[in-house]
Amino acid sequence: MDDTELRTAIVTELHAVAPEVDVDGLVDTRPLRRQVDLDSLDWLRFLVGLHERLQVDIPEADYPQLASLADLMGYLRARI
Amino acid sequence: MISRCPPSGKLIEWLVQPGDEVHKGQVVAIVDTSKAAIDVEIWTDGVVGQLKTVPGETVLVGAVMATILDPGEAPPEPEPPAAEPDHAPAPPAGSTRTADAARHDEAAGVRRRISPAARRHADEIGIDVAAVTGTGPLGTVTLADVDRAAAARPTPEAKSVETATPAERHALVRQAIAAAMSRSKREIPHYYLSETIPMARAVDWLTAENAGRPITERVLMAVVQLKAVARALADFPQLNGFFVDGSFRPAPVAHIGVAIALRQGGLVAPALHDVAAKDMPTLMRELSDLVARARAASLRSSEQSDATITVTNLGDQGVESVFGIITPPQVALVGFGRVAPRPFVTEAGLAAVATVSASLAADHRVSDGHTGAMFLASLHDWLQRPEDL
Repeated sequence: MDDTELRTAIVTELHAVAPEVDVDGLVDTRPLRRQVDLDSLDWLRFLVGLHERLQVDIPEADYPQLASLADLMGYLRARI
Repeated sequence: MISRCPPSGKLIEWLVQPGDEVHKGQVVAIVDTSKAAIDVEIWTDGVVGQLKTVPGETVLVGAVMATILDPGEAPPEPEPPAAEPDHAPAPPAGSTRTADAARHDEAAGVRRRISPAARRHADEIGIDVAAVTGTGPLGTVTLADVDRAAAARPTPEAKSVETATPAERHALVRQAIAAAMSRSKREIPHYYLSETIPMARAVDWLTAENAGRPITERVLMAVVQLKAVARALADFPQLNGFFVDGSFRPAPVAHIGVAIALRQGGLVAPALHDVAAKDMPTLMRELSDLVARARAASLRSSEQSDATITVTNLGDQGVESVFGIITPPQVALVGFGRVAPRPFVTEAGLAAVATVSASLAADHRVSDGHTGAMFLASLHDWLQRPEDL
């Protein structure tokens, strides 16, 4: 899976949780939860979606490392 | 026995007839004062004897409007008006003149008048009072007018929430919120309490629990709080149930309405059924499913009407605390703010401790601050022993 495919996978799962989001307007380096209105349940549903698509488990303790889309890509790339 | 009218004004309509049984607190008449149309309540139980005032007639403060018989008392022989010098004689020509004056005022653009009972009824059955023709004095909209408007209303188009466009759906949700919240603020005498609850034990316990679980079974603090509310409610039935037709009906179990923000704006509060009886992973799955379906506008009607109390959690938005508006006919709402470390005095002194502000808005017709305070104390205790929840 290359970076473009990985980004597409992440954005697809994000869109499933927050269908109103303009995914083309997302800035990879800005904190995601500042760009998209995600409460803790949305965030968990988003991570469960990624887990089911990519078979990567994301412990709660790692949440602080996952602020931006770029953070998520780096984290997931190292684990798939 | 005698019922008296509080301020002076013009009688709009009687809601009872001679021979009707009446109960203390019942609205028996509507009187138009200079400021508004008001309900006249009866302050005793009994049976309506004679109505001594006719619609359109002006009633002075302290005047006898009607006689009320004690239960079992025989109705008196009708008396000639002259036999009672202390009450205003019924004006035979006066009522005609008043009716003429009313039409005249209406034509001159006097603001619309509506009795509180009629307004409440219109709200409940979804009638726009601005479109109702008032037939009472001064064009006042009466209960009968609202019923007439309801009967004449065309059957609404079969536009379900599922087939509505997002904009239409948003408008429907907004309307529903406006109706419920306006009614709540009009009818429910709210009282509010809050309590700062240390959450360190619950946070540590949940962190350890979740560390041993796959991501698909992870539980959120919101679920721990819901479970604690359900457990605490078991000892406080006055906070869990419905206020209907002037009396409170406690609910046997707590179906908690969970306030869910919709992405297009607005919110719904569908019920999680019998929260106390379910374990947390089950509640988490059900909550997740409820949120997904609430946002997809595919809730079941039972979920929309079953909730016996509501919990709103605005912690994710970062607010310190939330004081909610009760959803009628429920009688209480519990609010949680953000769980975060704050300065807190413990036995060891001042420390930074994770705390949450929990609030209770409750209906003073059903419970008192003392009960509410004991409930929050119980909620506090439950959150100190999450392993027992």
